[in-house]
Amino acid sequence: MNMEKKWADLSWEEKREERFKTWLTPEVTFSSPEAEKLYKERVTRFIRAFQVEKPDRVPCILPAGNFAAYYAGADLRTVMYDYDELKRTWRKFLYEFGDSDMFFGPGMVPPGKALEAVDFKLYKWPGHGISGNTTSYQCVEGEYMKADEYDALIKDPTNFWLRIYMPRVFGAFEPLRYIPPFTTIEEIAIMSFVPYGRPDVQAAFEALLEAGRESMKWMSAVMEVSQEAMGLGFPGVMGGLSKAPFDTLGDTLRGTRAIMMDMFQRPDKLLEALEKIALLTIDSTISSVGDAGMPMVIMPLHKGADGFMSEKQYETFYWPTFKKVIMALVNEGIMPILFAEGSYNTRLDIIKELPKTSVAWWLDQTDMAKAKEVLGDNVCLIGNVPTSLLMTGTPQEIKEHCRKLIELCAPGGGYVLSGGANIDKGNPDNLRAMMEAVKEYGVY
Amino acid sequence: MSGDLVNLLADLKDKEVLELVEQRLDADEDPLKILEDSRKGMEVVGKRFADDEYFLPELVFSGDLLKRVTEMVKPHLKQAVETKRIGKVVIGTVSGDIHDIGLNIVIFMLDVNGFEVYNLGVDVPADAFVNKMKETGAPILGLSGFLTPAFEAMKETVEAVEAAGMRDKVKIMIGGGQLDEDVRKYARADAYGKNAMAAVALAKGWIGAK
Repeated sequence: MNMEKKWADLSWEEKREERFKTWLTPEVTFSSPEAEKLYKERVTRFIRAFQVEKPDRVPCILPAGNFAAYYAGADLRTVMYDYDELKRTWRKFLYEFGDSDMFFGPGMVPPGKALEAVDFKLYKWPGHGISGNTTSYQCVEGEYMKADEYDALIKDPTNFWLRIYMPRVFGAFEPLRYIPPFTTIEEIAIMSFVPYGRPDVQAAFEALLEAGRESMKWMSAVMEVSQEAMGLGFPGVMGGLSKAPFDTLGDTLRGTRAIMMDMFQRPDKLLEALEKIALLTIDSTISSVGDAGMPMVIMPLHKGADGFMSEKQYETFYWPTFKKVIMALVNEGIMPILFAEGSYNTRLDIIKELPKTSVAWWLDQTDMAKAKEVLGDNVCLIGNVPTSLLMTGTPQEIKEHCRKLIELCAPGGGYVLSGGANIDKGNPDNLRAMMEAVKEYGVY
Repeated sequence: MSGDLVNLLADLKDKEVLELVEQRLDADEDPLKILEDSRKGMEVVGKRFADDEYFLPELVFSGDLLKRVTEMVKPHLKQAVETKRIGKVVIGTVSGDIHDIGLNIVIFMLDVNGFEVYNLGVDVPADAFVNKMKETGAPILGLSGFLTPAFEAMKETVEAVEAAGMRDKVKIMIGGGQLDEDVRKYARADAYGKNAMAAVALAKGWIGAK
């Protein structure tokens, strides 16, 4: 109780410092004193960059996505279904790649059998809706929430999710629509459990339990490899994921087309729903980070990019609730890493209002010279070797590109070298070229 | 009055547009004239999009508005509408990729600029592109892709066009998410277009249109 009160009294900077301390001293057994020393050096390097200070040298986040699977001769399909293969491939990459400032565990590889158990319809993945040799899973655009369901979402999101949304995106949960809201359970429960006796409802719960069992197996494989990497001295950089409310509503509820119609046809409802989703996002993100060792939350951003909407539309529909989520996380000592896919050139003057060191911007195709000029004194910039170059170029070309990026972005501190987006396949020497570049050109 | 419909549609005044269409239909005006005005209105929308005055929401909204106008006009049409088209383009998102936001923008812009567009949708196998090219005799192929798996799929599609002996008769343009000139070289396509306006300019250039 005392502790809690103390936490609430801290400033966001103090809270962040506490969280960074936890990141620096993880609960893990290091494989050697050298590994521990390297771990601390690496984390310190990132912390300095995030705080817009000069570390010993520019740190590098390798855009390695599902690279390990292909590096070790497997593919995404295989590691989604076979957790031994998942562990084997990630370990092979971990032990063979060489020096790196961090390591992406396999946490972004979803458990295929769990998704199948609940007949997940929102995504296609290799061998399930798209060809087995595809290197990524992909969202199926659709109107999973209808235009006349805004009130249902706004009034009671949990009920909307349970009885309307989930039955649509999970085939196995179709019968959940028979479950009355939990708030109908009061007084002596005479009728309350009757719906749970329906065979179809019971089957839905069986599917849910099966997905749970499968997820536990998956989780244990993911944790095993991630802990091992940390023990070897490689820190993780992703403590959780979150989204901008406009993307949550536009990606997987209303869909791109429908949310854009809503901007004209029901702007007030749209704004009200975005406020509601902001609150849900804030709560779920803070609780998912919990006391986890890594205070960074990555927010992949989609529909606010250049070209998707005008600046005025961005300021009206996208930015207010996005900013609200960012600031709520910042106030908890969390470090949001805002991953702007596509380009954000026309947004720089809007987003520059965020407080100094509050966030880091991971930029995909944004003009880094302009970003450095507008944001560089205030927040850390991450990026942006083009994905195409990483996949089709030579190590020399990549190293040269990195040199230019470092010369442009590193002065004054606050820069992390990375890719524009993740690559899944290709020449590992192209990733090693990035590490060579930071060591050769990125020393302060 | 006809100028009004063009401007009202271009300005996305949906209620006024629908009212005016109804009035003109009630006045027994030639429905083809109404459709022609609507097309001109959409041309203005396309131009404003090219000028960064309009963005995706305006395209979506105007497209929906045009659909409503067309539905109102359709019962009054005595013959099928034949629009003059300046050229044919076969287009789609390549195999292994199911994204179509960018694809739809390009189709919209090609359409308002007078092209006949054959859209094969998403996750399109290489031979489906080849078959459609043969069937339509289109001289231009547009390949869309958002993610990195598209790099390989585009290369394979270009190779399939080569294998079909059609490579020297068609121009191939690529665009989308993580694509750029490097990917164009890798896939050996003829051109990379950064956005929908670039796609229109490339297509017009290839057919010799202004």
